[in-house]
Amino acid sequence: MDMIHVDGKDRGPIYLYALSTCGWCAKTKEFLSSLGVAFDYVFVDQLPKDEMEQTYSEMLQLYNPLGSFPTLVINGKAIIGYQENEIREALAE
Amino acid sequence: MIPDEQVEKEYLRLKKEAEAGGYRLNPDREFVAGLVRGLLTNTERYGYPACPCRLATGERETDLDIICPCDYRDPDLTDHGACYCALYVSAEVASGKAEAKPVPERRPPGGPKKGEARPSGRVAGSLPLPVWRCRVCGYLCARENPPEICPICKAGKDRFERFI
Repeated sequence: MDMIHVDGKDRGPIYLYALSTCGWCAKTKEFLSSLGVAFDYVFVDQLPKDEMEQTYSEMLQLYNPLGSFPTLVINGKAIIGYQENEIREALAE
Repeated sequence: MIPDEQVEKEYLRLKKEAEAGGYRLNPDREFVAGLVRGLLTNTERYGYPACPCRLATGERETDLDIICPCDYRDPDLTDHGACYCALYVSAEVASGKAEAKPVPERRPPGGPKKGEARPSGRVAGSLPLPVWRCRVCGYLCARENPPEICPICKAGKDRFERFI
């Protein structure tokens, strides 16, 4: 699956599974940008059907069995929902 | 891309409808504009306003419980002061006395099982008419069939379940 890259400081692999229509996803994306870290994101709702199903089931199995958005993965650790404090902590580790 | 004027028009319609039914929209105008844009986008995509913060399948039957206002709005307002996407908020949050807290997803993964909460049929025989319950707002009515549109929350006929 193709993720969209956002340039910034390299703090390890950071992946954001988001929906293009979701307010909390937008806030999470803005927050990461404001911290100046490099990350990759994907709008799952905008993927072609096959890719959407594949990406969603990958997110579900690996990171978030609830299947909710946003699901953010920082160095392998999943953060569910818009959680400023958890994001800061995960980046400080 | 949905034009700004259309978003504004839909926002005003939702606000009026919410307030007429005793509900309130999130006072953060910019945030709400994003959600309204998402609802309009989903209506364009699927033909119904699926929750902007959930991944819809595009099959109305499967997505019924997440059509806005979703089946989970009222319990989330009670427990967290906001619905899952935070379009609707409690009076306390609307007036700025409290802040909307993150709302954990209460929808079962993949949606509710079909045929859940079916009536037992025990009482049904003794009533002259079946009782229908709006799954969004809890409105009850006793008539042969559910109304076209819920008179309280405006949810469609297919959001009703047989209660008794």
